[in-house]
Amino acid sequence: MTIRHQGQQYRPRMAFLQKIEALVKDMQNPETGVRMQNQRVLVTSVPHAMTGSDVLQWIIQRLWISSLEAQNLGNFIVRYGYIYPLQDPKNLILKPDGSLYRFQTPYFWPTQQWPAEDTDYAIYLAKRNIKKKGILEEYEKENYNFLNQKMNYKWDFVIMQAKEQYRAGKERNKADRYALDCQEKAYWLVHRCPPGMDNVLDYGLDRVTNPNEVKVNQVCLCCIIMYYQQALMRSTVKSSVSLGGIVKYSEQFSSNDAIMSGCLPSNPWITDDTQFWDLNAKLVEIPTKMRVERWAFNFSELIRDPKGRQSFQYFLKKEFSGENLGFWEACEDLKYGDQSKVKEKAEEIYKLFLAPGARRWINIDGKTMDITVKGLKHPHRYVLDAAQTHIYMLMKKDSYARYLKSPIYKEMLAKAIEPQETTKKSSTLPFMRRHLRSSPSPVILRQLEEEAKAREAANTVDITQVMSKLDRRSQLQKELPPK
Amino acid sequence: MCDQTFLVNVFGSCDKCFKQRALRPVFKKSQQLSYCSTCAEIMATEGLHENETLASLKSEAEKVQKKKAKRHCFVLHQVAERVEALGQFVMKTRRTLKGHGNKVLCMDWCKDKRRIVSSSQVCHEHAVTMPCTWVMACAYAPSGCAIACGGLDNKCSVYPLTFDKNENMAAKKKSVAMHTNYLSACSFTNSDMQILTASGDGTCALWDVESGQLLQSFHGHGADVLCLDLAPSETGNTFVSGGCDKKAMVWDMRSGQCVQAFETHESDINSVRYYPSGDAFASGSDDATCRLYDLRADREVAIYSKESIIFGASSVDFSLSGRLLFAGYNDYTINVWDVLKGSRVSILFGHENRVSTLRVSPDGTAFCSGSWDHTLRVRGMVFCFPVCERREDG
Repeated sequence: MTIRHQGQQYRPRMAFLQKIEALVKDMQNPETGVRMQNQRVLVTSVPHAMTGSDVLQWIIQRLWISSLEAQNLGNFIVRYGYIYPLQDPKNLILKPDGSLYRFQTPYFWPTQQWPAEDTDYAIYLAKRNIKKKGILEEYEKENYNFLNQKMNYKWDFVIMQAKEQYRAGKERNKADRYALDCQEKAYWLVHRCPPGMDNVLDYGLDRVTNPNEVKVNQVCLCCIIMYYQQALMRSTVKSSVSLGGIVKYSEQFSSNDAIMSGCLPSNPWITDDTQFWDLNAKLVEIPTKMRVERWAFNFSELIRDPKGRQSFQYFLKKEFSGENLGFWEACEDLKYGDQSKVKEKAEEIYKLFLAPGARRWINIDGKTMDITVKGLKHPHRYVLDAAQTHIYMLMKKDSYARYLKSPIYKEMLAKAIEPQETTKKSSTLPFMRRHLRSSPSPVILRQLEEEAKAREAANTVDITQVMSKLDRRSQLQKELPPK
Repeated sequence: MCDQTFLVNVFGSCDKCFKQRALRPVFKKSQQLSYCSTCAEIMATEGLHENETLASLKSEAEKVQKKKAKRHCFVLHQVAERVEALGQFVMKTRRTLKGHGNKVLCMDWCKDKRRIVSSSQVCHEHAVTMPCTWVMACAYAPSGCAIACGGLDNKCSVYPLTFDKNENMAAKKKSVAMHTNYLSACSFTNSDMQILTASGDGTCALWDVESGQLLQSFHGHGADVLCLDLAPSETGNTFVSGGCDKKAMVWDMRSGQCVQAFETHESDINSVRYYPSGDAFASGSDDATCRLYDLRADREVAIYSKESIIFGASSVDFSLSGRLLFAGYNDYTINVWDVLKGSRVSILFGHENRVSTLRVSPDGTAFCSGSWDHTLRVRGMVFCFPVCERREDG
């Protein structure tokens, strides 16, 4: 039987329906499928009925999964209407007991060509109403009245169709009639779900483009060809090498991964003890050993950690290359900061770092300097890229190695804290749980940081400025005639 | 960590228009030239040359794609054979956040590792009311002092956060991004001043927050762009985006060019996330698989799938070391994958509707999942059984 997928063209997220169908078809296999039998329900004998527990067992064995997972999947198969319950039709879950279920006929599967239209729903409700007045539930009565109003112009047609279907139904034998009734009811429970039930066919918002409409035109093909020609030319790293890098990274960081290896003294989320966060605060006085060791993994780890960067800056100052990090930070600010100030910032950076005789002159090769100075005539946020990369590489390949061997780093490592594991777990009783206070707001923290920075700037004396002032003063003294 | 020398942005004089631009190699009659992106696009739209038909172009495209795919490549679990297998993890929900009156669509962690922002039909935490009904994207600024969000209003707006809870947040709102269709994802770059957005109109864009100016736009997806993630590297300026055209594309923020593209998924890509080293990224898709792509080898290197996992993955994220991949699915579960071995480590239940968003906290101590069941759950690892007996999740 060919099953065409209505709505798939606009709902590719419903790709799972195809997979459920494959599974359901397997279930119906006479040899390897779910065990089925005739069941007596009320006065009729219903063929091909199966128990919930049998279905669950089949899923567990077929897919090699736990019963919890099988239960979850089984519930979905029922919710989407591929299997419907005989005894408790409105409760669309797969009960793991002797409750009876049947397979829905493919005609009523959610993926069929025809959508579940209001007209069909109206006919269905009308038919049930004709069969036995007052059988409709509250929400169905409301729907019925609403549809009556909405399609008043074709209500005669609706009633006529309903009567026809009712009459045709009466000509069937009792068992068939019962089966069809159940199937229809199950179908509408899925497509017009009662209040309080989750609408499983809700997939979220529609996507704009229809991905099933493949627009392969000439431009598209040319772009594809160009891209792949370029990709073929590109030098790639051997997969064994790059994958080796991925494995190495994982292994290196696994002790730092709190979810894998836990953290000391304890994971604040588990024990409600915030010591871990206090010990690892941004610019804590004494960092933890794990944190300091991490700075040795690679240069990026050192730079990214504010405390690491602070320590590195201190080291660079001692080596009289502090301007390198300062320049790098200024370039980052140029790239990611306020774009309206790009021109001014670029000029300032030039004056401070690049101009001949600049106060914090950085040492870059002539070629890079040429490119940079040329680019600064028309500054944009990437104008300092070449110089920034040069300086970054310099710090990474040169200063970083020396930093790791320096007494500054070794002292950091020696002083670093190694917290002891605390196993005190937070009580599970809510009223006995430690009272949790909210952490300080980042807005307040930023204010405090800025105040601290301003204080530091006011206190620290810039040695070069002092020296130049002293120079100037002594020069002036020389120039002035002695009194 | 890769130095991103791979990108090779050659700047120079274009062979066609002679302007100083970012160049890319193109082939014209077997001769290799360097064109700027404008001239390259013009060349693509030139129309069929003599001896070319649509069919011949199609076969050439297929030929060149096959040639690239043929290169021998290892997959990750082969290289990771000697790595020790993981034990069983027991993860418990430590916080359940109820407060949204509706489906939670997106969430983000603050860099202080303790705060989150989440969005649904109303932005919570400081309760900003948006004029549209679906707020599909939200992001925390690196300083923690502002948030950005947007959705069906086609815009991305930035709200500065204040300590004064009584202040009217909507009054200080700044409209930054303007797209021609819904906003699906947004992220701040390294500062509070720039935002990267992805939209249903098929483009991504970089904006300056202060002026609302468009700094760079990224065209190339053939359909809605659903997700994006910025590379963690200090030297690279790249980001990856995933779309409804089943492609994941890596972009150079500087030139606006797509530098790499991967098209192995069978359905919409809902979520992309970089591996912590920046050398690879994972994607989650409606085809019920998550895949890992290696940027240096320029290929897909792992598929995370199981026959029993039928529903699409809506959201993925790595643990701090990159060993674990957390993926939230539309069947209300979260599967935890061993990235190196390719096997599933754990399945987590608890949500009562589909998991729409999932992020690991910045210090890797916990992860938070948001769902259509109106709640957010923060989960942490309570216990880890050592490897002794393999359960059926092998």
